[in-house]
Amino acid sequence: MESSVLRIESFSAFFGENQVLKNININITPNKITALMGPSGCGKTTLIRCINRMHELIPHARVSGHIYLKNKDIYEMEPIALRRKIGMVFQKPNPFPMMSIYDNVIAGYKLNGIKLKKEEADHIVERSLRDAALWNEVKDSLHRKGTFLSGGQQQRLCIARALAMNPEILLLDEPTSALDPKSTAHIEELVVELKQNVTMLLVTHNIAQAARVSDFTAFIYLGELIEFGPTEKMFTVPKDKRTEEYLTGKFG
Amino acid sequence: MDTAQDIENDKIIPFPSPVMIQEDKTIDNKTHLKLRIIKDRLFKYIVIVFSLLSFLPLLLILFHITKNGISVINWSFLTELPKPIGEIGGGIYNSIIGSLMLILLSSIISIPLGISAGIYLAEANKGRLSNIINLCIVVLQGTPSIVIGIITYLWVVAPLGGFSALSGGIALSIMMLPVIIKSTEETLKLIPYHLKEASLALGVPYYKTILKVILPTGISGIMTGILLSVARITGETAPLLFTAFGNQFLNYNIFKPIDSLPYRIFYYAMSPYPEWHGFAWGASFILVVIVLAFNLIARGVSAKWKVQF
Repeated sequence: MESSVLRIESFSAFFGENQVLKNININITPNKITALMGPSGCGKTTLIRCINRMHELIPHARVSGHIYLKNKDIYEMEPIALRRKIGMVFQKPNPFPMMSIYDNVIAGYKLNGIKLKKEEADHIVERSLRDAALWNEVKDSLHRKGTFLSGGQQQRLCIARALAMNPEILLLDEPTSALDPKSTAHIEELVVELKQNVTMLLVTHNIAQAARVSDFTAFIYLGELIEFGPTEKMFTVPKDKRTEEYLTGKFG
Repeated sequence: MDTAQDIENDKIIPFPSPVMIQEDKTIDNKTHLKLRIIKDRLFKYIVIVFSLLSFLPLLLILFHITKNGISVINWSFLTELPKPIGEIGGGIYNSIIGSLMLILLSSIISIPLGISAGIYLAEANKGRLSNIINLCIVVLQGTPSIVIGIITYLWVVAPLGGFSALSGGIALSIMMLPVIIKSTEETLKLIPYHLKEASLALGVPYYKTILKVILPTGISGIMTGILLSVARITGETAPLLFTAFGNQFLNYNIFKPIDSLPYRIFYYAMSPYPEWHGFAWGASFILVVIVLAFNLIARGVSAKWKVQF
């Protein structure tokens, strides 16, 4: 078996009485992009929110099963420490409106009260913005507010903010659903480049996007993992009939 | 206000006319249309007249206060203490300082309490406790200020053994609380949830998220609420009669009675001396200017510090 950075084992999630994830088992391979796709409401967003324990913000949410990050059970870790190791990018770009671009990038350090020397901070900001392919566009306006950027730039700023923390895994929750096609293409290119440095989980309801960027794909339907495997294989010879129907647009 | 209505009107009137007049040639329809235009105009003018009428009292008050008050205002009126009865001259320096001290005291007490309660209500807005707090705030806001004065007398003045600036500050802070709590709650509720998520997902603890992300983002609304509540209590007289009491002399000690502008106006206006009546107008003018200034600053703050999402 291949080495895995994240192992999801017989994992279920509930909101009150309502079971939204049923016995999920996935191994995430390092430095690859794993796409989670499925129709709206199938539980894919819930799954990645369980990985950095953001689902705990919702009252009455509970889980069973295990998720291991490098053989450590994340439900035995401190959520705060865990979230520093697992970055997240949301559907809507959400830079902090009261901070400059510069401060947004190192927000993870600043808000946590981690002191950085000026050179260190400069270095982290430049490296993260370069990684997020935003450096050339903003290097002369680092001290302007982040909200002056376009939607696509804001989303790349959010990616830079997550990368600045040196995460082991980056969770992307439909990162392009609020963006125009050009910005979407830009983000997709960026994501493919980034996999040298970081393992990524990409939630998408866009089948074409999953096919374009991912190495592995998981198809989730009604809270169940229907099929999981290399993207190429799944898109050419799906094993399950439901996967085939979803890919050919019969439902979803 | 005029322009908005004009735009509305322009839209409404030409819209049906070109089409309907051509299609329906019956006289009946034309008169109906005319009647509608007349009704429309009439409604517009009535609204304008009423809104001007509601504006009129304010103008008259400002005019009257300025006319009577401006003549007594000069440098010595602002910088001198009241003279004993029989002596001519004197000023309201002690009242201005007293009012400012009372504002400072009540702000120190009510701002931390109010913002904390506002945060709680915005964050836990479905619990039973927050329902109860909400109800209490509504009741507190409706409590007559004289009652707050009496209660503060019982709770603070009597145990401390005398009137004091501190008790006045406490009475006023009770009046400020509901305004600050409500404005903080409403402001924080408007802040998009995804900002909080962004911060939490970076591993920032909950309390730091609130203090460093949510509060700074809502600072304009919170500051506006604080300034408006200050503007509200600056003119309060009733609770001060039982608490800060009033003082002819300059006082910086918070455990001693202190003067305030509204109290001084009351005192001078009740006196039998025409010169003191003039002083009352002058003090009123200063008070109105201060309240107006707080309101204008509040507007400025809310516009300038507004954060765009």
